[in-house]
Order: sequence, then structure tokens, then C-alpha cells
Amino acid sequence: MIEAINQVLNGLQLGLVYALIALGYTMVYGIIRLINFAHGDVFMVGAFIAFISTVNWHLPFYIAVPLSMLICAALGVIIERLAYRPLRYAARIAALISAIGVSLLIEYGGSLKFVFGPNYRVVPQPFSVVQWDLSGISVSNIQVIVLVTVVILLAGLQYLVARTKTGKAMRAVSFDHDAARLMGINVDAIISYTFALGSALAAAGGVLYSVAYPQINPFMGIMPGLKAFTAAVLGGIGSIPGAMLGALIMGQVDVLSAAYISSQLRDAIAFTILILVLLVKPSGLLGKTGPEKV
Amino acid sequence: MRIPRIMAIVAIAVLIPAVALSGCAGGKDKTTLRVGFITPLTGDVKTFGESTKNGFLLAMEQAGITAEKGGKIGNVPVKLFIQDDRNDVTEGVNVATKLINENKVQAIIGSVTSKVTIPITKVTNDAKVVQLTSTATSPKVTVEDGKRKPYAFRACFIDPFQGTVGAKFALNNLKAKTAAILYDQSNDYTIGLSQYFKEAFEKGGGKVVQMSAYATADVDFSAVLTQIAKLKPDILYLPDYYQKVSLIGKQARVKGIKATFLGGDGWDSGELDFKVMDGGYFTNHYSPDDPRPIVQDFIKAYKAKYGSVPDALATLAYDATNMLISAVKQVQSNDPEKIREALGTMTFNAVSGDIKNDANGNPIKAAAILQIKDGKQKYVATVSP
Repeated sequence: MIEAINQVLNGLQLGLVYALIALGYTMVYGIIRLINFAHGDVFMVGAFIAFISTVNWHLPFYIAVPLSMLICAALGVIIERLAYRPLRYAARIAALISAIGVSLLIEYGGSLKFVFGPNYRVVPQPFSVVQWDLSGISVSNIQVIVLVTVVILLAGLQYLVARTKTGKAMRAVSFDHDAARLMGINVDAIISYTFALGSALAAAGGVLYSVAYPQINPFMGIMPGLKAFTAAVLGGIGSIPGAMLGALIMGQVDVLSAAYISSQLRDAIAFTILILVLLVKPSGLLGKTGPEKV
Repeated sequence: MRIPRIMAIVAIAVLIPAVALSGCAGGKDKTTLRVGFITPLTGDVKTFGESTKNGFLLAMEQAGITAEKGGKIGNVPVKLFIQDDRNDVTEGVNVATKLINENKVQAIIGSVTSKVTIPITKVTNDAKVVQLTSTATSPKVTVEDGKRKPYAFRACFIDPFQGTVGAKFALNNLKAKTAAILYDQSNDYTIGLSQYFKEAFEKGGGKVVQMSAYATADVDFSAVLTQIAKLKPDILYLPDYYQKVSLIGKQARVKGIKATFLGGDGWDSGELDFKVMDGGYFTNHYSPDDPRPIVQDFIKAYKAKYGSVPDALATLAYDATNMLISAVKQVQSNDPEKIREALGTMTFNAVSGDIKNDANGNPIKAAAILQIKDGKQKYVATVSP
């Protein structure tokens, strides 16, 4: 029983990081109906910028994190401006192919020696690991930090989307671009804003991921990106609470299938879920049912 | 229309002799031995590749051959071609094909890891090019499906031996009774080591309480490690490369696993996390503390050139390169057939222990056990086969 609780905690830690990535997928999808495949790579860039700014520039960790979020936000806006905006009214598949292209560009561009380099880097821990033992249940300070950071970021996001004027504009754009434009909303600016927000969250996810699993390389974003994408689909793509729920479930699926079914099958099980959701309930757990626009 | 046609004729007239001439140029150095060298200079095991390159270049330099200008072994002119495989299977096969088809090499030294080397042996054996790997320890490098690949050789011992030595050391010296094993399901090297470790450990009366596989891209081992923490084994056997091992080791300690870490030659890197792996042991090919003069002379020369103590990878690359050089010296020819025969039969006095190949092209030699202690590798014991 105690082991099961420990495993659930392991899954929670992973699920929370997936949540930060899944939110970016779902927000972008909600607003322009595009699956931004470069999102997992923005996550990687976030981890690398935090690494470079702490190791090479000797910045303290609490500055490195916002800096990496800021740079990734800018990166997200640039990607949108260059790769997606020109294709906004083209066929859906064109933007999707463009997204895959951007993803490969960031991965292989990042592997170049004068960018990040192809090597694996060991991330120095910004704080020493403390392990608490509560009658058999072990909790580490990393788990607590991941939990607190994610909760703060999510609360902030919820506030932005639900309570601010920009958030209201975002929701309006996600309903109908043209109607929103008629109401005087600058749709392009709102879309850029959404990309910035999603990318900043992915960067935070990248940093937390590299603290929890301290090794980074330019291809590290692929697997978490795919898992988070699965989470977003599972929760109902386009829905923010759905992405959250989906990510927490994916974290548990990942860890529990490795623990109790087979560590060799964990990825297979995760992606079987993706296929099943797409076959059985494409709108996901919390997604809107109704005619699909795609 | 006329002028382009004339230009086309002129172009052809110029090109044909050029092609013919380049053919002549290739034909002129029929006696030249062209040696390819494949190693991972970037990617997840780049320190392996760098050390290997250092050992290779040092041996070549001592024979009067440089990467830029080439040189001579006896009467045989030598040219070198160095390629990076990034420890990637596809890339390894690509550069091997390129070396054979474009550079027309007769011999290849490389690669470093078994997973890249095994597919390359297929290419070299099809093309009848001698391949000599310094550190690929999987049995499949020289023998596949019970068939000897006649052009493949190596300078290192093989996984069964390494896994067995690790198990014996755990049982006899560490008095271990239980062990857990974690290995990469897609890497022949770690699969081999863990299988033979398990076999020998259980034969010697030990118990393997858990054996789990992971995927190469995995970074989260929390699930499996939580289970292992509950089982409290004496040994956690981690036969992967230094990066992965450091990552697993760190998470294992966070999960409260107190087991002694044990591993194979994949740990031999300055980028291993010495703090996390402190107290762990690994089987290796050589120790710089070995007093034999051949070892100390090599260390001195290596230090003078690179300013650091050579690791096992540099040493084996040095040995492998010298094996090739002495085989060529013996036959005085660049014919892969003759070099192959010489490599199969000769006894070679190497830094990492005397090398005599068995019928399967696998050297019979001793292993060293090293411990990670206070940020250094400490020599513990030598185990003979």
C-alpha cells in the first residue's frame, strides 16, 4: 500500500510537468486549431536556457527561470509570426507540416555545435535534494518544488484567462476569429499573446523537468512533448482544465504501468491510450462535443 | 543554340580526361593502405570518442603517421580518414559506407560502442574490409547467428566475461547476496552484461531480486527505483554508459536505495557523476596503476601529448591501432586478406594485457576492477579469465 502511494507521488511529479506542456498545446489549439508540434522543442530550449544561464552566465536560479520563460515566450511569438501566420488561411495541413518543420529545425539547429551542441549535459542541481520519510512514504523537496511551482503557474494562468481583459479576448478569439475582429479585438496580437503564454509555460516545464531528471540534450523534448500532446487529447484538446486532468492521468499511467505492468511497455501503453481516445471519444474527457471544425 | 552545344562538347572534352585522370590518381597508389577511423566525437558518449581518438592518434604518431599527412609502415604508405558517428547506428553505417566507397579504405578502426559497431561489421565484411574495434564488447561483433565474421576483430574482452567477472566480484569480494539489475532494452551492450551477470550471480548462490529494462530515451526511473528501494538489494547492477548511469544513480539515492552500485566499462569517463557514484565498482580493461613498463611508458607518452591520464578507451584504441600496425608490418602489404590472416594468428603484447585471439576473434585477457572513490578511480583487483 505504502509503495503504491509512493508510486502515485512519482506519477504526480511527472504529471505536473506534463501539465505545463499540455497547456501550451491546448491553448494554441483552442485559439487557432493548430497542433503546434514545435511545442516540445520550446520545452527543450527552456531547459537549455536555464542551464546556460546558471552554468555559463552564473545567474542565480530564481533569475534563470523567468529569463528562460521570457526568451521562450519570444521564441513562441517568432515561430508563430514566421511559420504559422502566413499559413493561417491556408489548408490546415499546410500549417501542420510547417509545425513539424519548425520542430525539426529547432532540434537539429539546437544540435549544432555553436548553438547547444549535440551532447548530453548534466544539469547541476540548484539546491541539494532533501528526502523526507513520512512513515514509509517518501517525499523529496524536488517533488514539493515541482508541485508548488506548477500550482502557482496554473493559478496565474487561470487568472489571466478568466479575469483579465486579454483573457476575455483570448476566449473570444477562440470562439470566432471574425466576430472577435468585428468587436475590435486585435486577433493577431491575441494569438501572439497565446503563443507567448504557452511557450513560457513550456519553458517552466523544461526547467522543472531538468531539475527533476537532471540531464538535457537537444532531443529531450520529443518524448515529453508527445506524452503531453496525448494528455491534451485525452483531456479534450482546446480545454484548459482538460489538459490539466489529462496530464495528471498520463503521469500516473506512465509511472504505474512501469511499476506494475512492465517498464518496457510504458510508452506503448501511453500511446495506446492516444489511439483509443481518438477512436472512441475524439473530443476527450472534458472537451466540447459537437461538430468538429477541423 | 549552337553556342551551348559547343560549350557542352567542350565541357565533355574537359571532363572525360579529368575523370580518367582521377581514376589514374586512384590507381597510382595501389600500394597505399587507407585506414578509416570511426568514433563518436559528439553525442551521448563523446568522451569515449575523444579518448579513443587520442589513443588512435598517439599510436599512429609513434609509428610516424599523422592524420593530415599520413606516413609509412615499413614500405607501405598509409593514409588516415577520421569520421564521427555520434554513437548513432544509422550514422555509423553511413560513414562506414562512405569510407569504403569514397575513400576506398582497406581497414577500419572503430567504432566504440557495440550498438554502432555491430551493424558496421556487416558493411565491412560484405566489402571484405578489415575492421578492428577497440572497445565494442558484445559477442555479436565477431560472431552472429553462430557464424564468424572473418573481417571483424577487437582489442577488448567480451560482455560474457565482463558480466561474469562483475558477478564473481560481487559474490566473493563484496559478499553480496542479492542484486537488482537495470538495463537498456535496445542496447546489446547492456543486455549482454546484465544477462551474463545474472547467470553468474545466480550460479554462485546469489539472488537477483529484480531485473528491469528501460528505453534509451527514458529519464524517469522513479517507478522501478521505488520498487527496488523496497527490496533492499545489496547490489544495484547498472551496466550502461556513464551519462545514463549517473542519472539513474542520482534518482536511486533520492529514492533511498543504499545498495552498492556496480557496472561495466561504460562507466569509464571523466564525466561520470563521481559524487553520486562514490563507492561504486566497475569492471574495466586496464588500470593506470598497473606497474608493467609497457603501461607506464604509454601513460608517460599520453600525458606528454594530452596532459591527462589515459582511460581504458584511450588505452584500448592505442592497443587496437598498434595491433593493426604490427599486422601490416608483418605482411608488408595493404591487402585486407593478408592483414586479416595476420591479425587472427598473432600474439600481441598490449598495454591492456597480452592479446591472443581465440577462434572467434575474441581476445583472451584479464579484467581490472576499479572503484569510484573521492572523485577518482581506484584500482582494486585484477581478475584473470
